[in-house]
Amino acid sequence: MRSPRFDATVLTLGFAFLYIPIIILIVYSFNASRLVTVWGGFSLNWYSTMWSNQGLMDAAWVTARVGLLSATLGTILGTLAALALTRYSRFPGRMAFSGMIYAPLVMPEVITGLSLLLLFVAIGIDRGFWTVTIAHTTFTMCYVAIVVQSRLLTFDRSLEEAALDLGCPPVKTFFKITLPLIFPAVIAGWMLAFTLSLDDLVIASFNTGPGATTLPIKIYSQVRLGVTPEINAICTILIGLVTLGVIAASLTTKRTEIKRIRDEHLAVRGAAAS
Amino acid sequence: MAKTLGPVKRKFSPWTDPNAVPFIRFENITKRFGDFVAVDNLTLDIYEKEFFSLLGPSGCGKTTLMRMLAGFEEPTEGRILLQGNDIRGVPPYRRPTNMMFQSYALFPHMTVEKNIAFGLEQDNLPKADIAARVEEMLKLVKLEQFAKRKPNQLSGGQRQRVALARSLAKRPKVLLLDEPLGALDKKLREETQFELMDLQHTLGLTFLIVTHDQEEAMTVSDRIAVMDKGVIVQVATPAEIYEAPNSRYVADFIGDINILEGTITETGSALGAPGAVNIDCGGLFVAVDQECQAVKGDQVAFAVRPEKVRISPDAPADTSVNSFYGEVWDIGYLGDFSLFLVRSEDGRILRAAQANVSRLVDRPITFGDMVWLTWSRDAGLVLTR
Repeated sequence: MRSPRFDATVLTLGFAFLYIPIIILIVYSFNASRLVTVWGGFSLNWYSTMWSNQGLMDAAWVTARVGLLSATLGTILGTLAALALTRYSRFPGRMAFSGMIYAPLVMPEVITGLSLLLLFVAIGIDRGFWTVTIAHTTFTMCYVAIVVQSRLLTFDRSLEEAALDLGCPPVKTFFKITLPLIFPAVIAGWMLAFTLSLDDLVIASFNTGPGATTLPIKIYSQVRLGVTPEINAICTILIGLVTLGVIAASLTTKRTEIKRIRDEHLAVRGAAAS
Repeated sequence: MAKTLGPVKRKFSPWTDPNAVPFIRFENITKRFGDFVAVDNLTLDIYEKEFFSLLGPSGCGKTTLMRMLAGFEEPTEGRILLQGNDIRGVPPYRRPTNMMFQSYALFPHMTVEKNIAFGLEQDNLPKADIAARVEEMLKLVKLEQFAKRKPNQLSGGQRQRVALARSLAKRPKVLLLDEPLGALDKKLREETQFELMDLQHTLGLTFLIVTHDQEEAMTVSDRIAVMDKGVIVQVATPAEIYEAPNSRYVADFIGDINILEGTITETGSALGAPGAVNIDCGGLFVAVDQECQAVKGDQVAFAVRPEKVRISPDAPADTSVNSFYGEVWDIGYLGDFSLFLVRSEDGRILRAAQANVSRLVDRPITFGDMVWLTWSRDAGLVLTR
């Protein structure tokens, strides 16, 4: 049953299923025609008119700020949560805490969004930029916690003990030893958090207010009035950004891996020579 | 099996001096982890400039004891005195001890140089002093040309040297070594053992080493503490531990030994020779010259090292005592020695080692031969514990 031809067919079908919609979107972003589904020749027109669409640009700016801020806050909180979960194996409520960290991952976004909305209403915060940021921090920190936690589980504790032993106090040890070593995981967590924040529609639409329309909300509301080629253009740029991010992240990890292997070869040769 | 007792040591035995003040004192130390007792009411003195080994199987509490001295664990009960000061509550980063970790624990994101400088930087020493000390340390461990490398660009032996240099850089009062040579191959390990002894002697530091490798402990130490289940079974010099173990446990743990269980039939005074003991080991009669607390009728063990047992095809003059007749059941060729396993008619096995003084590969004694094993009255010892 396993033949190269079969494998190739399955692979092609799988990729086609995943990527044909996206390819269509990208292709139509270069469409000269105003009608989205009728090809009218190649044009970069929509990319230039996009910039003068003030509403779209404002939304992009809000999204960027929310993304940067919530990803950073989420990364700090998520890293701290991961540290607490891996380092303090016995504290009251550890199981509950551990479970609660994972809950937002499986919780329907509608519920997360709604419950946060109720909270903000209850404590009387006006909805806007900050409520969206807080909401995004809440759900992205869980992802960060999981990424960082998996790195910490394989972290050699004796490195920290060695630093303490050599006279370095605990907090300084964290910044000089632990953080630099888990930094790739922290960065990966940040990128994940940023991407999640970038494309979140549901939670943002529950918690947003006047003047804090994020790009996904803007796109969604415009699409209801009809898809314009401008939307295709900005989506293409978004796809480009996300793709770049993913490639950069995987290249970083791959390069560290390659460097490690090269170093080990060097060590073996060095030992043989000396 | 060949046992190296190490080179002749400098005359150094503060533990025999009743006025000597211990450098480190563990006083009635107990450490519990939940229900598990890792260290059980243990008292131990270690003297300045001593090379001291904690030896025992894994889980005997030796590492826990060392970690309590480093400050990574606090004793549940008892106290630790360092130069007379109770160090309870002093965090590891303020203790004058440094540790070389089993995994080396080199900081992977720092160069060799930076690793060694790390401890010195914590003391806010002037940059020039740090650089000078780092250079001195690199020279000491012969790694000058590797200063700019990262740990993962080094071989195992080189990493071990960096770890050693890093732990020595701050000139600690006590250097703690946790299974320091476990990851090295045999040849490199032996070389390093002698280098460690040299270093300890030149620097005049107190070394405390944790190991499960008895040969390593024998080679490097001034004294060894043999541990079992959280207690110290015997503290003595390597030679004493080997030649005069105080219990079946120590005898069996250190080196190769034949142990025969038996009952005392006569002791010193009755035999007209103080310090003589006769034992009946189930039909095998043994006579030993030894001062012994046990009396007639006590259950004891007779122990004799294989290299102190002679093997011969000819019967000795007196076959009634200290002799064993049997068939060569197995031969272990160890290069320098051959170990003969001899089985008697009743199925008991005794081991005898013979130095291979000639290069003949065909031994005069071979499988299936009937042989006599004999030993002198001062070769073996009586173990009451």
